[in-house]
Amino acid sequence: MQTVDVEPSTPLLYVLRNDLDLQGPRFGCGLGQCGACTVLINGTATRSCVTPVSSVKGAITTLEGLARNGTLHPIQQAWIDEQVPACGYCQNGQMLTAVALLQRNPRPTDAQIREAMAPVLCRCFTYYRIQAAVRRAASTQATAEGVASEAAGERA
Amino acid sequence: MNSIDALLDKFAAPTRRDFLKTSGRLVVGFTAAANAGPLISLASAQAAAQGVGPYPDPDFRQLDSWIVIHQDNTATFYVGKTDLGQGTGTAFRQIMSDELDMAFDRTTCIMGNTDITVDQGGSGGSDALQTDGYPMRRVAAEARRVLLDMASRRFGVPVDQLAVSDGVVTTKANPSQRVTYGELIGGNRFNVALTGDDINATTGIAKIKPVQEMKNVGLSPRRDDIPAKVDASPIWAVGKKVPGMVHARNVKPPVAGAEVVSVDESSVSGMPGFVKVVRERNYVAVVFQREEQAIAAARRLKVNWRKPAAAPFPASEELFTFMRRAKPTSSPNPTVTGNIETALAGAATRIEAEYEVPFQGHTSIGPAHALADPSNGQMTIYSNDMKSYGLRNGVAEFLNIPRERIRVIWMQGPQAYGRTAADDAGFEAAYLAHQLGTPVRVQWSRDEETAWDTKGPAYVMRMRGGLDAQGNLVALDYEARAADYCHLGYNEHDTVLIAQLTGRRRQMPAAGGVASPSDMYAVSSRRTAGHVVQLPLVWETPLRTGNLRDPNGPQVTFAGESFIDELAAAAKADPVEFRLRLLSAGKGDDSGFKRARSIAVVKAAANAFKWDARPSPAARTSGEILRGRGFAYAYRNQTVVANAAEVEVNRRTGRVWVKRLVCSHDCGLVINPEALRRTIEAASMHGLSRALYEEVTFDTEKVTTVDWRTSPTLTHLDAPATLDVVLVNGDPNPKRPDLPHYGAGEAALKPMFAAVANAIYDATGVRLRRVPFKPERVLAALKAARV
Repeated sequence: MQTVDVEPSTPLLYVLRNDLDLQGPRFGCGLGQCGACTVLINGTATRSCVTPVSSVKGAITTLEGLARNGTLHPIQQAWIDEQVPACGYCQNGQMLTAVALLQRNPRPTDAQIREAMAPVLCRCFTYYRIQAAVRRAASTQATAEGVASEAAGERA
Repeated sequence: MNSIDALLDKFAAPTRRDFLKTSGRLVVGFTAAANAGPLISLASAQAAAQGVGPYPDPDFRQLDSWIVIHQDNTATFYVGKTDLGQGTGTAFRQIMSDELDMAFDRTTCIMGNTDITVDQGGSGGSDALQTDGYPMRRVAAEARRVLLDMASRRFGVPVDQLAVSDGVVTTKANPSQRVTYGELIGGNRFNVALTGDDINATTGIAKIKPVQEMKNVGLSPRRDDIPAKVDASPIWAVGKKVPGMVHARNVKPPVAGAEVVSVDESSVSGMPGFVKVVRERNYVAVVFQREEQAIAAARRLKVNWRKPAAAPFPASEELFTFMRRAKPTSSPNPTVTGNIETALAGAATRIEAEYEVPFQGHTSIGPAHALADPSNGQMTIYSNDMKSYGLRNGVAEFLNIPRERIRVIWMQGPQAYGRTAADDAGFEAAYLAHQLGTPVRVQWSRDEETAWDTKGPAYVMRMRGGLDAQGNLVALDYEARAADYCHLGYNEHDTVLIAQLTGRRRQMPAAGGVASPSDMYAVSSRRTAGHVVQLPLVWETPLRTGNLRDPNGPQVTFAGESFIDELAAAAKADPVEFRLRLLSAGKGDDSGFKRARSIAVVKAAANAFKWDARPSPAARTSGEILRGRGFAYAYRNQTVVANAAEVEVNRRTGRVWVKRLVCSHDCGLVINPEALRRTIEAASMHGLSRALYEEVTFDTEKVTTVDWRTSPTLTHLDAPATLDVVLVNGDPNPKRPDLPHYGAGEAALKPMFAAVANAIYDATGVRLRRVPFKPERVLAALKAARV
């Protein structure tokens, strides 16, 4: 347990970065316009740069928290398999927004991917590969679930 | 998972009183996730960070400065480049492991730390492989030669009786006689001197291999920088912290050219975390213990500014009128073939057109930042500046500190490809750390970055052309005006923004430049001319120009390749056939076979696109969406590129979507095809963003593009449905053993403005001669033409 002494109005981003030394959420605009600072709060993609720390209720997941037991999240693996990042600075927001998308819509259409990802900006312009990686992760997850449900069916 | 039980129940309905009572104390539960092991770039940065200095230059004429062979038979390469996310670091490992005959996966590459890697200048000009790849190959070949000499002595057989594979040497006569590179060098240094007048000429005795003997070249090993970019590893300059570090924010003039009359320090000195207000002439910064404190104080600090007597620049709506009327500051000698006026006078058809491109920004996704640490009487700067060596040299001059006491540790960061504000932030951090004697982190804000980062120059271009009775181009005239006076170089100690604001700038501004289109068209009478013009305010202005990815290329190619399309339409010729005719008409060739390669690249793009030969515009259709296709071609140095774009233009909204894009590209020998494809994809879309959206706007006092609302950019919605990259080897002898590796990334931006404009014309019959093709501008043009 770590105690942090900050003004309640402090944007969550600075607590995460400067007090908890997390590298995932990044400063991009401080205005909630670009998405570089994205974290998941109870599974919802949230702009931590305009979220006062005092308003946060619930569990926060940052990029650091996606991997489980040393295994990358399917989104992270898809980002590697598609060789997505250029400079990589915005990819925190891209990946977490994609995680939130696939949680609420596991089989998004291309149009739904564009729509959901549109608020997250990339100035290296890796959008084409990001969208391919989201499709890949959705397909990987669907396959994994298919295998899991088949196995469950066999047991039944 | 990291979970923060961020607020206890009493904060569930927070009130001001609650905050006061609790004085903001939060209890935060935090469980760290296990990270994947740090990559070598991180390890190297940390290892380097332990050095207490001073930091003399690594000697590029010593083999040990470039390559270390470890006893476990692995190799570390030390190179003076930075990889902005194009995979050049991985490519360096491919070419160096090939020359060394070491397995690729037993190598690592360290880049851009001024105290441990030789000065190859960092990144820029897409020259990583074209220029810097050669000394890397030669030193790796030399290391192989030296190691084989060692093996020859050990086994008592001549070198030509030895075989080597993946760092293991055997004798041809008896393959059971084997020794590894690691065993041969035994943890020692090479102690081998290299020669060469400068770093690009560095060489040993050994010759580099013919292309056919390179095993890793042409394969696509995955980029080694990517894993750490997806798992939140601490590789980022923006996240670097050192003990005792404080946070600074700049306070910029609210009006360009304003001067500080007074600063009321008491307006912020009572705020929590106050450290200092720094002011020297017109440079003002606040320094606080915490970042959010510095942000609040920068907003609150009372500064009495005196506006300049005259407007610093015209409003952006008046920019091109101003540029046309301005007296040029310089007019480089025109390039002339034949007699342009006579040829125009004799032409059967004459057309002319003017094109305009506004100032455009780098507009990095992450505003500029740097951390400077003055510990141990040295100065260590943590920065993502692509030219870490220049930053070191510039800061040494600016602060009058011996170079040996300064080092720049290059870390990952947001990249914006050119002379960005990362230079400025590095100087500011060093300046403040030097003044305060404590580590200082500088972070620019979004509005500061968008308004004050250096800009690519605005251009106005006039084209005139003449066709003979058969529709052949017989006269082509280009005359440009570029608002590029006082163009800033990289990390110049006397032009960097803090040097301007503190009054330590040079007296004489740089002349700036004006560029012309690059193509291999054969036109019997041709002239290219240009002029540089200046805005009223030259120094301390947010409209300061500097290199922006493929400097000037997208601007001038917009005019050149749009006008070729206009000529093709006037000749009622297919735009691709028209270009091929102009290319094929050429007689001579240059040493790089640019003409033959241009023809090959143009044909490759047309083939991949399944281009249907017909004149533009397409037959008009009814309905909301109009469809068309456009073509453009250019070269940059030796790299040739062509774009074929299919667009949809929404007649009701004016929105343009490039639905399908083919980019064909010849950069000579391809080292890593998959990394190259992604580099070309992303660079093409950077060109597309600038074509569709990007424009710096300003009133007569200040820049008014200050965030992502006022400065729109390409988004996911604009990504093409299909984006095909065609890698071409158009060399007349494509398998030649010395096929050069040319630059890659920047060339891909060059033809994009014109390809899109030509496609819009094909779709609508309306010619857009002003970038960017924003919906409102497209809509107005369609309405004016009653489309």
